[in-house]
This record gives sequence, C-alpha cells and structure tokens, in this order.
Amino acid sequence: MTRQKRSHHKLKRAVAPYLYLSPSLLIIGLLMLLPMVTVIAYSFQNSAVLRRDPSFAGLKHYQAIFDDPVFWASLWHTLYFTCMSVIFHMTIGMAFALMLNSDRINPTLRNILRVLYILPWLFTAVIIAVIWRLLLEPNGVVNSILMQIGIIGSKVEWFSSPQTALHAVTFANIWAGYPLFMVSLLAGLQGIPKDFYEAADIDGAKAYQKLIFITIPQLMPIIISISLLDFIWTMQVFPLIWITTGGGPIYSTEVLSTYTYKLAFSSYNLSQASASAVVILLISLGLTLFYIRYQKAR
Amino acid sequence: MFRIKPAMLKIAAAAWLLGATGAMADTTLEFTQWWEPELPAGSLRAIMDDFEAANPGVKVTLVSGPYATTRDQISVGAATGTLSDVVGLDGAWVNNLNAQNALADMNPMMDASGFDKSQVADIIKVDGKAVMFPVASFVYPVFVNLDLAAQAGVTKLPSTRAEFLEAAKKMTKADKNQYGWVLPLSLQTPSGVQNDMMSWVWASGQSMMANGKPDLEGKPVVDMLTFVKSLNDAGTISPGIATKTEQEKVEEFVNDRVGMMIDSLAHVNLIRKRNPKLNFDLIPVPVVENYTGKRGLPYASWGIGISAASKHQEEAWKLVQYLMSEKVNAKLVSLANAFPGNVNAKPDFVTSDKAFGKAFEIFKTGYLANEFTGLPVAEDLMTQFDVQAQKMLAGEQSPEQAAAAAQKGWMAKF
Repeated sequence: MTRQKRSHHKLKRAVAPYLYLSPSLLIIGLLMLLPMVTVIAYSFQNSAVLRRDPSFAGLKHYQAIFDDPVFWASLWHTLYFTCMSVIFHMTIGMAFALMLNSDRINPTLRNILRVLYILPWLFTAVIIAVIWRLLLEPNGVVNSILMQIGIIGSKVEWFSSPQTALHAVTFANIWAGYPLFMVSLLAGLQGIPKDFYEAADIDGAKAYQKLIFITIPQLMPIIISISLLDFIWTMQVFPLIWITTGGGPIYSTEVLSTYTYKLAFSSYNLSQASASAVVILLISLGLTLFYIRYQKAR
Repeated sequence: MFRIKPAMLKIAAAAWLLGATGAMADTTLEFTQWWEPELPAGSLRAIMDDFEAANPGVKVTLVSGPYATTRDQISVGAATGTLSDVVGLDGAWVNNLNAQNALADMNPMMDASGFDKSQVADIIKVDGKAVMFPVASFVYPVFVNLDLAAQAGVTKLPSTRAEFLEAAKKMTKADKNQYGWVLPLSLQTPSGVQNDMMSWVWASGQSMMANGKPDLEGKPVVDMLTFVKSLNDAGTISPGIATKTEQEKVEEFVNDRVGMMIDSLAHVNLIRKRNPKLNFDLIPVPVVENYTGKRGLPYASWGIGISAASKHQEEAWKLVQYLMSEKVNAKLVSLANAFPGNVNAKPDFVTSDKAFGKAFEIFKTGYLANEFTGLPVAEDLMTQFDVQAQKMLAGEQSPEQAAAAAQKGWMAKF
C-alpha cells in the first residue's frame, strides 16, 4: 500500500465516527444549542426580537435584573419552593416506599395503597393546579373540614393571602411530586439483599438501626441522584405556580420562571427576559455538572 | 406539419410577461386574527368568500389561532417584517406595534377613498396615525342577580357608587357564602384592573390620564381606590381577590354566590347556558354622586389594522372597508354577540333578546371608554396597578399610597 493510500485510509477511519454521529449532533445543535446561544445573544442586545437592528447592550440587562428587588425575591422563593419540595418529596417518598415494601401490611391493602399513592403522578400540572385551586379556595373543602374540626376559626385564603400563598403552592407541588421518589426508592428497597437484615437481626439490631445503618446507606446513590434531578426539575416549575397564583399575591409566589415569563410576555422586555433566562440556565447548569460528576464518580 | 406562427409566439410571450409581472395573478391577502375560533365554525370564512366574490382577483387567507398565540405571532411578525397584510388587533397592542413602525397609517387611505369617518364608532390613533378600527366591541355593564337583590331588599338597582355599596352590603351574607360584588385581581390575567376597577372611573366621565400621561394620583383614581377599599372593608367582596380570574368571577355569579359583577356582554349566553334559571339584569356601571353626563362604557374590542410592510395595502384597505361597512359589520357582530364598529349597523340580537336590547340602549346612550387602548405595554401597566391594589386591599397601604406607587411605576414606562 502506498503512503498516500495509507494516509487516505487513516483519514477515513478518523472521520467515520463523526459521520455516524453527525445526525445526532445536527439535531442537538439545531434543537438545543441554537436556541440557547440565541437567547444568550438576546440578553446582550437592546430591544431583542422587537427590532430588526438591535444594538449591543453589554451587561445592561443583567445589571437591571440584579437591581430589581423582585428578582431577588423570586430567587429566594424559588430556593424555598425547591428545597422544601425536594426534602418533602424524599421524606414522603421514603415513608411510602417503606410502607409498600413492608411484609407487615396485608398484600391486598398494599396493592390498593400502591395505586392510590401513585395517583398524583398521573395528573398533568394543569390538572393538579385546578384540583388544588378548588380544594384550597376560601369556600373549598379544606377550609370547611378544618373549620369543622376546629383547627381554624375563619376561612383562610390559602392562595390569595401573602402569608400562606408560597406554602400553599409548595404543598401542592409536594403532593404532585413524591411518587417519583416513592417508585425509585421502592425499586431500590427491593434490591437490598435480605442477608443484611438477617445478619442485623442476629446481632439484635432494632428497626431504626436497620433503617439508619442498612437501608439508607444502600439507597444513598438513588437518593442523591433523584434529589439532584428533582432539584433541577422543581426549580423550573412554571404551570403549577402560574395557574394557582400567577406569581401573586403581591409577588409572594413569584419564582424565577414566572418572573421571566412576565418580563417576556407582559412587559415585552425580551432582552431582560433573556438575561433572566440565562441566570436560570447557569444555575441549572451548575446543578447538572454536579450531577454528572456524581454519576461519573460512581 | 405543425408550425409555430409568429402571432402565437407573441401571445405566449405576452401571457408569460403578464404572469411574471403579476398582472394576471390573484392578490392574496393574509389576515391574522383570533376571531375565527371564537365565531361559529365557517362563518368568518363565509364573510371572506363574500368579499372575494365582490372583489374579483383578491383572495384572503385566514391565519387563525387563540388570542395569546395571535398576540405573540403578531409581535414577532412586526419585529421581523413578516406581519400579515391585515391584522386583528387588541387596543393594548397598538402602541408597541406603532413603536416598531409595523402598522400602516390609514388616514391617507381614508382620504383617497372618500371613506365616511362618521360611520365608525372609533378610530384608534397613535402619534396622529390612524392605526386601528374597533370592528366589534364587547362592552362591560354590571350584571345583577335579581333574585339575590330581591331577597336582600334591594328594590332599586344602584345607579351611584353609594347606592352600589349599600346594595352590596345588603346582598352580602358571608355565612351563606354569598357576597355583594366580585373583584378578580389575579396577576395571571390582570385585566380586572381595566374591566373591574378603572371602569368605575370611566363610567363617571373621568380619566386616569392627564395630558397624555398617567394621572393615577389624581382625584378620580384615588376616589375609585377608596371606593373599592370601602367595599372590601365592608366585607362585600367575595374572598380570594388576589388570585381570582375572570372565569371564576363568572362562575360565582352563575352559582348565585355574588349579587353583582362587572362583566363582558359576550358572557350572556354562557351564563344562561350554565344556569338557565338565573334571573339577572344589566345596568350601567354606577357613577359618582350628582354626575349626570354621558357614561363611559368599558369595552374590549376586536380591532383591525393594516401592516406597514404589506405590498397589497390597497387591497387590504378594501377588506378593512368591507368589514367596517354597515351590513357586513352588522352580520359579523351578530355572529359574535358584540356591538358594532359601524354606528349605523344594528345587530339582529338586540331586537330578539331583551338583555342584549337593554345593553344596546346602555351602549347607545354612553360612549366607549378604554384608556388602556394605545398605551405602551398595557398589560404590564395593569400588572403594576394590580400589585399596588392588592397591597391596599391587604391593608399594607392607603389608596393614596397605592396610587402614588402605581404612578411611579407607570411613569417609568412612558
């Protein structure tokens, strides 16, 4: 084989993998990278989208959103909403998974509970929002029951009061999201070898000791992975909050997603909306990198 | 043997030239709007077919979608220069679109065609440019549940704000989940500021503007806020104000849970369908004491305008004229249960339906008033006012402070 033929063959071998990958790379580029790069570019332009000849704005729009107290309130609400949701998703999901995995519960009852507990997962965000709006409205079922059993003395405007609105939307999101944890942890529980528990029994370990020293360590990889994913997804929740409160009353449930939406479609300030979207992107990106590093380390 | 004669060649060449230059081609107008899905199926297309028959060589392609989608489509079209030839408009959008030079000035078209301006209910102008005609108007009177009013001993339906407060107090029975009035101030759709709050200002012939600038700290707006606060302090407003939407407002009225609401006339049929037994009447929005002038009637409209980038403005103007003409306008608004953009048009439902007939009388004796039409980022202004009103109703600030805070926010947008 001549030297020229050999180098041609080498080149073909080097290029071939990229040719195989090119359809996927093209799709990723068009559907993910291009929109992302476009939004980043908009955040540095004046009158992005609305003008055919937008001028360069530098960091002006980032400065504007960082100077806006509503942005910081939104960031705080997002963190509260996300952290509380993830913590309770995990706690409730773990409790229900342990219950469904227990031999002490009658198998028929266990099957019924399995169906009931997974129900919130079957509803879309819009349905969940409507359900909770109806339940928590001042004349709704929740107030009626709480008043009858004497927990509250008068009707509480759960979504309409600045004092309760953020807790109410967080509660609705907790209700909607725990089945993901429950199903994942249940699968994990069923994969823990019985020998561990038998050995613990021989050593005279109590139930809580088995939970702390066997169950939780065995489930830890699942807990961390699902928690990180849940954190990323919950941070971006929009329809539930938009339909229940619209970010109100008085910005009390404004989160980064509703803040960005209002900038774009209420104020038509698409440049600032892009800057806000880039901030969300950076936070999500940080969490995603953390998730990827964790997965690699495993 | 077939031979091509020079004459045949000349005819073919002429035909090709005519075709290439467009002289023989039909002009196709694109008409973007959200009206078609809201009208009986096929009815807007039928009107377009009639237009095409009356104007040979002009075809109309309808680009239809829901309101919000159309709004976004028009915003992007204006930015990219791809706006349809004729566009359905909401008054709240025109300022932004005009700032983008996206809408054609219809003044020269009116002058050139000898269009009778006195026949149209309104011409929306921005910077002196005639950019929109309201084709159909959906007015917002007060709906009163007559059974609740009778049970509460309200014998005379309110005509002034003081009478309204008294009637609302009488109709409120909180222990039975029954309230005098309903106020939807959800930030998701802040149109409650326009329809349920500012309507009190306009009804008394007052304004929220002065010399083209916001005047929210002026007496009319502060008085309105004080009045709304007094209704709230008296416990007459159905709870859940801050997250209540227009649909929920209507549902509460339909289910006998509120005695009075300000709402679109377009909902009359919906209300009847949901509760055929509901006994209700329509009255104009009550006014301040001793006011005897004409009443401003809040309205939302289906507006129409022409794209500045359209290559077929002459044909587009023909379509606008056609939709604004007496007979066609009457036909369109009859289908939409709306009031006409042509003052001579009389929709058929006003003679066949008592409620619509009464509303038509209110419409004819008053004037259309919606000061958000033509304002920059109107929805954003409503949101800002909404937040301040919510703070006031939550007891965090006085009406004067709410007005001052809203004024500050609005001025930044002007």
